[in-house]
Amino acid sequence: MNLELALAAGVAAGTVYLFAAIGELYAERAGIINLGVQGMMFVGALVGFKIGSEVDPWLGVLLAMAAGALLALLHGIVSIHLQANQIVSGLALTFLGTGVALVLGEGLPSGSPALLPVITLPLLSQIPVIGIVFFTEQSVLVYIGYLLVPLTSLWVFHTRPGLHLRAVGEQPSAADALGVNVYRQRYAYTMLGGALAGLAGATITMALVPGWHADKTVIAQGWIAVALVIFGQWKPGRTMFGAYMVAFIFRLTLDMQGPRDLWGIPNIFFEYQPSTFFLGMLPYVMVILVLVFAASEANRKRLGAPAALGLPYVRGERGR
Amino acid sequence: MSAATPARRHLLPFAVRAERRLETPRGLGFLTTLGAVAVALLISAVLIWFIGGNPVNAYAHIVRASLGSVGVLSDTLVKATPLIFTGLACAVAFRMRIWNIGAEGQLMMGAWGASAVVLVGWLPEGTSGLVYMPLMVVAGAIAGALWAGIAGWLKARLNVNEIITTLMLVYIAVRWVQFWVFGPWSEGGFQMSERFPREAWLPRLTDYSEAVPDLAGLTVHLGFIIALAAAGLVWYLLERTRKGYEIRLIGDNPRAARYAGIDIGRTIILVMLISGALAGLAGATEIAGSVHRLQDNFSPGYGFTGIIVAFLARFNPIGVVVAAIAFGALILAGREIQPAGIPAMIQGIILFCVIASDVFLRYRVRLVWR
Repeated sequence: MNLELALAAGVAAGTVYLFAAIGELYAERAGIINLGVQGMMFVGALVGFKIGSEVDPWLGVLLAMAAGALLALLHGIVSIHLQANQIVSGLALTFLGTGVALVLGEGLPSGSPALLPVITLPLLSQIPVIGIVFFTEQSVLVYIGYLLVPLTSLWVFHTRPGLHLRAVGEQPSAADALGVNVYRQRYAYTMLGGALAGLAGATITMALVPGWHADKTVIAQGWIAVALVIFGQWKPGRTMFGAYMVAFIFRLTLDMQGPRDLWGIPNIFFEYQPSTFFLGMLPYVMVILVLVFAASEANRKRLGAPAALGLPYVRGERGR
Repeated sequence: MSAATPARRHLLPFAVRAERRLETPRGLGFLTTLGAVAVALLISAVLIWFIGGNPVNAYAHIVRASLGSVGVLSDTLVKATPLIFTGLACAVAFRMRIWNIGAEGQLMMGAWGASAVVLVGWLPEGTSGLVYMPLMVVAGAIAGALWAGIAGWLKARLNVNEIITTLMLVYIAVRWVQFWVFGPWSEGGFQMSERFPREAWLPRLTDYSEAVPDLAGLTVHLGFIIALAAAGLVWYLLERTRKGYEIRLIGDNPRAARYAGIDIGRTIILVMLISGALAGLAGATEIAGSVHRLQDNFSPGYGFTGIIVAFLARFNPIGVVVAAIAFGALILAGREIQPAGIPAMIQGIILFCVIASDVFLRYRVRLVWR
């Protein structure tokens, strides 16, 4: 088992979580929980692969993002203007997106060459370890992921629109009083979140495991992305670390099934196949442990979600 | 706006006015839900037509294949049985705004618990059904309750988001069941356990066909009766007991509940245990009443459909029974509908329409002609 290659694979697969989680981070910073990530990813994965393989790859990426944004708009209308419960609306979006993608994806090929270019950066790839993990033969989308995180950090914490975004999520009535259009901000960031979820889906079907894999296309990445935002405490850097970490652990559980012995000890996962199901549980156990860790840390430091997260804003009504 | 601005041109010949209702008229919830489902079916029909299907045929097929004869009606009730349990499981938790969306995992653990009673081999061969059945049902309920209890305890003690934990526990439970059916309990290397002895089957109507020939082939089993009883019990708990009142108060106004001295943490754990037990019963009765062995993939997502059932019923236990039968019909008939995603799509659209329609309960919406 080659640790560097496993880490590189973790970064590649982690990009899926990264896009979805950063998208959710934007929406939640604006006060909107969108649990439809899984559904939006499914539709993005479908549109990206279909258009990407039949028309043009970059048009596929673009339309995957547009499709994700469109679904998020539906969530926005229902939860912002109709003031429905955001949790349920998100669940409905997951059902809807998954169903629509399965219906439209019927009969698409399950295998395909990668649709987007794979890049090795000239100088950076020479750095020991880091070069192989981050800069050797990674999809162009992985590099976009590297750029997305600092840009998000900059936008959210160091610009005026970012200040408005945080105000809308923490104290919408105060933001409104200062002339920020709460509704417009919430729609914009919900849709941005949807676009990034669509991109995450397209990353799966166009770069990571190219092809359409029916109901196995998106496994649990959307849900884990929601957990990663909580783990990351709504900060892009920590969220990125979590995304690569979870993907690396997933990869490790696969790699540990192959060899006859691990570090000189006979490998039980090789000797007795059913025990690999315990390996398969590991990433999900990890996610729960990570949430427990994040929750106890948040309790200790009195950190938390944006104060208005999940609450509909009605102009002129108190206590909302 | 300056005075020079021209009069605003209107796109529509009417304006929508919404006024907040002070109270919701009785029966409006039911009518709104009915309307929402009708709209959802209409939207789904358009989508089915759009992808080249024939919506009239599809709907006619669903009705015929699920309600068309006594035989298929019985099959519909078999599918509805686990949905009543999972619908109740979600309704109890959602009533308190605890989002247990992992009923599917608790159902898996319930099925495993019930199977363990038979497969561990502690009971001698030929043990009476009167011993088997209660043990299986109770073991299933306990396994489901403990599984949900993990998420409940984490929520109550550390405020860990229960949406994610209950869902992650689904993935873990699926692999737990897979381990047993691929490993220790595998029958001849197949992905299923051996068939349970007849004593461990819940009685079905068809078992009495020697006495009443008309019952031959009807597979509806005792689990359906247990499910109806559970619905009655949950209704009694929520509407007629002190604990039920506290659960509803926490759901409607957590702050008031805290000032009233209710121990919210303990109530969360209790509600999760009840919710998990109900979902566990779904798995136990499905295994003991219909599948008769533990196997991989025996549930077509009963736990997730339970979420929609609970919302359609507006968390009313009696409504859950009605909605579960409707979705049992959809699942039964949906197996033959191609492409395979159509039932999931319809479920999503129904859920969207139902929650969107809530706006009519909170507001008086009128169209005003200009």
